[in-house]
Amino acid sequence: MGQSLKRGFVSALALSSALIAGQAWAKDDIIVAMQLEPPHLDPTSAAAQAIDSVVYSNVFEGLTRFMGDGSIVPGLAESWEISDDGTVYTFKLNDGVTFHDGSAMDAEDVKFSLDRARAEDSANAQKALFAGITDVSVVDPLTVQVTLGEPNGNFLFNMAWGDAVIVAPESIDSIKTNPVGTGAYTFAEWVQGDKIVLERNPDYWGEQPALAKATFKFISDPTAAFAAMMAEDVDVFDNFPAPENLPQFEADPRFQVLVGSTEGETILSTNNKQAPFDDLRVRQAVAHAIDRQAIVDGAMFGYGTPIGTHFAPHHPAYVDLTSKSGHDPEQAKALLAEAGYADGFETTLHLPPPSYARRGGEIIAAQLAEVGIKAEIINVEWAQWLESVFKGKDFGLTIVSHTEPMDIGIYARPDYYFQYDNPKFQALMETLNTTTDPDERTKLLGQAQTMIAQDYVNGYLFQLAKTGVAKAGVQGLWVNAPTAAFELSEVSWVE
Amino acid sequence: MLRYALKRLLSLILSLAVASLVIFAVIEVAPGDPASFMLGVNAQPDTLAALRAELGLDVSKPQRYLAWVGGMLTGDFGTSYTYRTPVSDMIADRLWVSLPLSLYALTLSTAIAFPAGIYAAARRGKPGDVAVMGATQLGVAVPNFWFAMMLVLIFAINLRWFNAGGFAGWEGGLWTGLHSLTLPAIALALPQAAILARVMRSALLDILGEDFMRTARAKGLSRRQALWRHGVRNALIPVLTIIGLQFSFLLAGSIIIEQVFYLPGLGRLVFQAISSRDLIVVESVVMLLVFAVITVNFLVDLAYAAVDPRLRSRT
Repeated sequence: MGQSLKRGFVSALALSSALIAGQAWAKDDIIVAMQLEPPHLDPTSAAAQAIDSVVYSNVFEGLTRFMGDGSIVPGLAESWEISDDGTVYTFKLNDGVTFHDGSAMDAEDVKFSLDRARAEDSANAQKALFAGITDVSVVDPLTVQVTLGEPNGNFLFNMAWGDAVIVAPESIDSIKTNPVGTGAYTFAEWVQGDKIVLERNPDYWGEQPALAKATFKFISDPTAAFAAMMAEDVDVFDNFPAPENLPQFEADPRFQVLVGSTEGETILSTNNKQAPFDDLRVRQAVAHAIDRQAIVDGAMFGYGTPIGTHFAPHHPAYVDLTSKSGHDPEQAKALLAEAGYADGFETTLHLPPPSYARRGGEIIAAQLAEVGIKAEIINVEWAQWLESVFKGKDFGLTIVSHTEPMDIGIYARPDYYFQYDNPKFQALMETLNTTTDPDERTKLLGQAQTMIAQDYVNGYLFQLAKTGVAKAGVQGLWVNAPTAAFELSEVSWVE
Repeated sequence: MLRYALKRLLSLILSLAVASLVIFAVIEVAPGDPASFMLGVNAQPDTLAALRAELGLDVSKPQRYLAWVGGMLTGDFGTSYTYRTPVSDMIADRLWVSLPLSLYALTLSTAIAFPAGIYAAARRGKPGDVAVMGATQLGVAVPNFWFAMMLVLIFAINLRWFNAGGFAGWEGGLWTGLHSLTLPAIALALPQAAILARVMRSALLDILGEDFMRTARAKGLSRRQALWRHGVRNALIPVLTIIGLQFSFLLAGSIIIEQVFYLPGLGRLVFQAISSRDLIVVESVVMLLVFAVITVNFLVDLAYAAVDPRLRSRT
């Protein structure tokens, strides 16, 4: 009798703890808010970061992939071998990977994806990533061989981009509205203008993620973003658009604020071919006229790290060159006088819509005015910016955050909009691209950073911060943004 | 009546034809290329050319205009450059938000304005009139997005009666849908109600001074009977005009409110399409709005004729 009572008590206890545990696991969905809605869902044919933010690694995966700390790890490729001369990569694919439509992912799909991206009529926005590939051949269903024209130290990094994910020929025609990938989440629903829903893929080849469902909502207005978060309509705001509101979230125990870094070097882009910016002394004067910390404080409410060159401070190869362009209005004036502009000059400052540009631009214009440079502020939309500044090169100064990871190579393109044409830098990049030894690469990257800092190509301002806001119970979120992505695989609720 | 209607219809068709030409011309001169917007800063020239060809942007502008107008006549609004889905489907989806929202706001504004306007006119110069006029003055002066933010602050963040934004969809039932449109509808309706109430009051006051009102009183009707039977009915003409204008305004002018409440409506579609230079979407939506405004005006003209028989014979 005593025994059975005890047993009954124990089983009741077990039952109740099971109930509690059941409750603790009850919440397995999440509502994620973002500012911009993807135009469509094919990461391999558009530059819009919003596409990658939703689908990267959730729906589509590449041969390699980015981790939250920026490192590159194997993705669909389980391992690889690189030939001694560094031109042939033999990828061994994971076994048992299927696309969401049930078909197997094999070497043929890899060949199709890479050939499609580098084809003549390819609509890939980052076609340069594939430029070095001369041949892709299928060895057996799980082995694929990629041949490069010359060694490329960046190749595995390039293959991790959202633009290099593996897609299937069977589903390619409808990829823009019905993406079929290999990821841990399948595409469920898209109510345009409102939300995109992803659901857990029960047949995923890797580890099953904790969340069963994720809803992405698109809220572009900063005031609306604040209200949605405060009213707890959404669980996470991926990159909160109003830095001025962050202290309020930090003070509220219902929320957590995650401050990390992005790959966005925010720069005062300078038209190197337009007088007077074709004079090194004038560019140097601009660099000394700018007070970086004042811009970070004033425009970004303290979020952001000042930079002295076009390179991310969290990268191991970063060289701190901020002292080269320290804030020194007197030196700026002296340099301007030396260049023949003792009375200053007039120029234009084109500002695209993001607040780093519009707010930062006001401050920079005031700082430039102190040394006699009168910058006329011209507010432009992105489409206008692309047309007149980027394509037409009709500008003096502009403020842009260059968000592509490891994009120092743009300084080797003389026709790029800021028109820096230095054969020495171009040769340095050639060497870097064909160098695979990590130490040697770090050394070359250091030289490259120093060269563009000494040439004062652009005014280097600050590394754009990533400021996420989430409910206190959410864990496993990416703090940094090594690439545009909202990686769901590690996210769960604590209870 | 039929002749009057036909004449109005002819002017409707002519207006639409002129509007389509103006819309196309104005929107196409805006600087910016949809293909380079989509492909971003690292796109190579051959990639851009391939995309432009794919989107049909490589043919001349007159050809594109004719294709667009021809398509619209057969109900085909073309395919969005960025979303790559048929424009007509996108518009239809968004109309399921914008149209109910406009009607909801219009109903609210009429429901507020009619009693307020009639009450104020009947009590001209008395404290009740002064109070209504003061409130409407405020309503006209305060922009609707400010109302919107206040409503969100009070009813969404503090009281938690409503969501701060978003649209729940009609799948969950009529009530769920209407519930999520309530705050935006109130924010849209209040300024409109203020205008409408003032129009109602002054129209009614004009009528009250007319000779036939004195006659109505003289034949033995009470103040109240005269007001309702002869006053309100005659005041309806200017009020209908304003309601017609307001409906068009609500349909087209809710861009800001749709941003504040992140509603997937027409206004937000246009807003996104303009910034991404999705020209065909902008052109089609603007054309649709023009069509809606002109049609509403046409219907209002017919409604005048129904209310006021003199208008029918005059033409």
